[in-house]
Amino acid sequence: MSESEIDADVTVNAIGSSCPGPLMDLIGKVKSVDSGTVIRLQSSNDQTEGDVDEWAEESGNKLLAVVDHEDHQDLYVEVT
Amino acid sequence: MSERILIVGAGTAGSVLANNLSEHLADEIDAGDAEIVLVNDTEEHVYKPTWLYVPFGEKTPADALRPLDELIDRRIDLVIDRATAVDTDAKTVSFAGETGELSYDHLVLAMGTSVSPAETPGLAEGGHHFYGPDGATALREELASFTGGHLVLSVIGNPHMCPVAPLEFTLMADDWFRNRGLREDVDITYTYPIGRSHGIRSVAEWADPIMEERNINVETFFNPDRVDPEAEVIHTVEGQELSYDTLVAIPPHEGSDLVREAGLGDDGWVDVDPNTLEATGAEDVYALGDVADLPTSKAGSAAHYAAGALAKRLASVARGDVPTSEYDGKTVCFIESGRDEGTYIAFDYEEEPTPKEPSRLLHWSKLGYNQSYWLTARGVL
Repeated sequence: MSESEIDADVTVNAIGSSCPGPLMDLIGKVKSVDSGTVIRLQSSNDQTEGDVDEWAEESGNKLLAVVDHEDHQDLYVEVT
Repeated sequence: MSERILIVGAGTAGSVLANNLSEHLADEIDAGDAEIVLVNDTEEHVYKPTWLYVPFGEKTPADALRPLDELIDRRIDLVIDRATAVDTDAKTVSFAGETGELSYDHLVLAMGTSVSPAETPGLAEGGHHFYGPDGATALREELASFTGGHLVLSVIGNPHMCPVAPLEFTLMADDWFRNRGLREDVDITYTYPIGRSHGIRSVAEWADPIMEERNINVETFFNPDRVDPEAEVIHTVEGQELSYDTLVAIPPHEGSDLVREAGLGDDGWVDVDPNTLEATGAEDVYALGDVADLPTSKAGSAAHYAAGALAKRLASVARGDVPTSEYDGKTVCFIESGRDEGTYIAFDYEEEPTPKEPSRLLHWSKLGYNQSYWLTARGVL
């Protein structure tokens, strides 16, 4: 999926954070936004995609897409 | 002209740095070519790991304290005041008290962090913690009168000080209740925000069978967003509810307004190069310890090793040499797995730790280190 297909409402930059920092940054943001918000989580940690995928399934939120960049990933999560 | 190195904060990071620098630059200081100024908002140094033992009656908050002027080398100018602002263009730091303003050639921010239970609604009223003298003392009183029911240890804030303390508290509580003959009347639950029992995978793999063997319930992907203190129920982002009789939380931790306002880090943690510890947002500014946004744990051990590396780096800079010393993320943490056995982990930015088999010897090693820590703070060990 190309980045242009998804409009994020808010971006969380966790590039450089070690595990579990990126997921914790995402959850921290989820606590403060409304249902329907799309969050773009930026992470350079290779465990983040698996962590976010598992957590989204557990919590009922949606991991919409993961976009690879040269030095990080953008993970798009819709808060439900 | 004298090079002034100004250090804000005299916890583990600031004290070890100041004392190591004083040793490296002794000749330059004596010659008037270098100056180390260490500023702290209290007259006492606090060794925070002591607080873990307070709830179990094994230490008191006073055991965590030593007067700074007994720990800090005589070549260091020790100032008691509270920093309120940093101007990285003018290269000055402002203080609340009579110090007023100090200029610097090199600034090191090492103010640490503190807990903020109020960030989670209901937590301050409904929960306990051991991250401070008052919290640890109140928890001691709570545990002393707790003879049965559901004890929940919930990791809410992350990052938090001492990455293994939540596991240690849980395992020590299990042991403590067993020794008091109460364990059959106490249910213990440990909760963690992500999908395993600890952020470091190998530590989670070490802890899981111990938790199972000791009949400690583990809840993962558990992120409290509010606590109902009257109903004694925790509500999570994931939609779970968990009842408790006593809640011990690892509260959210807060960064520094001074850091935010100085433009050094949006979240209150200083954005730094993880190896050189130089702030990315200003020249001649460094950060050490818990206030630094590093890809490693907020642990005293990390602060200790980082301070050693930065001391060499700053000494080179002050002498006009090319600095080569870098911090590699080295951290060594002892882990109490009961009240009379323990283990340890050692890791860096690249390597995950492998916990050793718990033993009584390692437990005594931890207690021994807790005593010899005062040599670490002096820059000796």
